[in-house]
Amino acid sequence: METKMTSSGRAVVTLPTDTQILITRDFNAPKHLVYKAWTTPELIKRWWSGDRGAVVSIEVDLRVGGRWRYVMTANEGFEVAFHGEYRDIVPNERIVSTEAFEGIPDPDAAAALTTNTFTEKDGRTTVTILVQHKNQEHRDMHINSGMEVGLQEAMDHLEQVALSLR
Amino acid sequence: MARAATTADAFNAVAEPRRRQILDVLAAGERPVNDLVSLLGLAQPVVSKHLRVLREVGLVDVRDEGRQRVYSINGRPLKPIHDWVKSYEQSWSERFDRLDVVLDELKQTEIRHGDKDDQQR
Repeated sequence: METKMTSSGRAVVTLPTDTQILITRDFNAPKHLVYKAWTTPELIKRWWSGDRGAVVSIEVDLRVGGRWRYVMTANEGFEVAFHGEYRDIVPNERIVSTEAFEGIPDPDAAAALTTNTFTEKDGRTTVTILVQHKNQEHRDMHINSGMEVGLQEAMDHLEQVALSLR
Repeated sequence: MARAATTADAFNAVAEPRRRQILDVLAAGERPVNDLVSLLGLAQPVVSKHLRVLREVGLVDVRDEGRQRVYSINGRPLKPIHDWVKSYEQSWSERFDRLDVVLDELKQTEIRHGDKDDQQR
């Protein structure tokens, strides 16, 4: 049987509220495989750093109360690390965990709560990542560290306005 | 952290929901102030204040038409906001493109092995 290499579309990032980031992406694979790639350290190593660097280590203790830690070396040479604790796990369906960026002072105080949802339809899976920050400062730091921004609305909405004016 | 002034740049100007509303209305076409006042259900001084901020960052232009001041939108200052979110989106896209490759391999393996046990995991 032939399996075509298919790119499944693009990641869409929106900012539904002052304190949230929502990332959505479709994958051309059933959800049990997406879940596997999402939770198996050897597989996470292959995708998590994207083009931005190389993965140094991936630790996953996939149980409620268990901890995770992802570390990469960015192309620019510095190390980037995140860690957190699993709060809710429904295999193949949903993972809720805290997410702290270690590059800021007192990372855990600024930790976000991230809900990953896997929804399958016709053999394809939609992944949604809802990042809930405690306040807007933390959210804005996350999306672009240090930049003082008060952007609150879904980007698509602004994009629409921008495009209508070209 | 102290917030930057609302007139510092477009980022701060559009942080205010009412100002985004004004931009939404103007995106459909230019409008005199009175229209904006009635459409938004806000007092005229409030609308004028928001329009002043939008003008200072260059998001709206104004022209006089008889006794009326007519406002129109200028999207150029929105470009940096667009670029900013796009760059974050880009890093996720790169990540997910790699995940696509991993998933294709997992699918191939499953087909080869007829291994449906994975679904029970």
